Amino acid sequence: MIALSDYLIVAAVLFAISIAGIFLNRKNVIILLMCIELMLLAVNINFVAFSYYLQDTAGQIFVFFILTVAAAEAAIGLAILVVLFRSRRTINVADLDALKG
Amino acid sequence: MTFEKFLFYVFAAVLIFAAVMVITRRNPVHSVLFLVLAFFNAAGLWMLAEAEFLAIALVLVYVGAVMVLFLFVVMMLDINIAEMRAGFIRYLPVGVLVAFAMLVEIFLVVGPRTFGLEQYARPEPKPADYSNTETLGMALFTEHLYAFEIAAVILLVAIVAAITLTMRRRPETRYQDPSKQVVVKAKDRLRVVKMPAEEKG
Repeated sequence: MIALSDYLIVAAVLFAISIAGIFLNRKNVIILLMCIELMLLAVNINFVAFSYYLQDTAGQIFVFFILTVAAAEAAIGLAILVVLFRSRRTINVADLDALKG
Repeated sequence: MTFEKFLFYVFAAVLIFAAVMVITRRNPVHSVLFLVLAFFNAAGLWMLAEAEFLAIALVLVYVGAVMVLFLFVVMMLDINIAEMRAGFIRYLPVGVLVAFAMLVEIFLVVGPRTFGLEQYARPEPKPADYSNTETLGMALFTEHLYAFEIAAVILLVAIVAAITLTMRRRPETRYQDPSKQVVVKAKDRLRVVKMPAEEKG
């Protein structure tokens, strides 16, 4: 039988991997965005697991809204990335040191 | 070990493997493709937790839309990969250390002692005529209608923001202006020039 803790541990491992990814790829904005997506996925797995084991649909509703906001975030983040690359010709975090557009 | 448990381990193992590949690949295109694999396996895990609608939505929305957008941006931008990788080895120990510490801490909180089968027994499977989508829809359009409308507005704002950010007018581009085309009059375009007939020869 699958226990609730199994789901939670998978989500925890996923979350830890994405934390490590943020440390390792701290120069590449695209990989950083992908790590954030992985973190949101880990959180969503927790929500779905709790929703199932507590037999409460509110958890799944939450996941629905998190998916919505994450999609909006990814779209705007990538748009900013494209504009950034157009003006600075780089997406290296170390080179992005000015507020001026 | 039941078949469900076996499926769970397969999905979880591939999910973790894909996540590790996402953060360690040299080429960002490979990272995006491994992220797609991770989302597919997460959808499998959600299927096992009887969240069918969300599993399908994850594949459709994430793999179908968001990851394609990522892939498009990664391939459009011309990135110097070697420069991006500088410091990978340098930050490896601290990254792994922080991740490991976090993992141990979370494990101590959510481990089998607190959220095991004794504390939370696996619920009985739903009958075959039970519809997850219907239940979600009923909750979404009655109890959470206000939040649903706000989510729609957030998506609209995201569309407008993404388009305004990336749209640009290049001065050297030639394009038609329909309003100018409509107001133009025939006498502005055609000039009849009177001139004497030429001599033959």
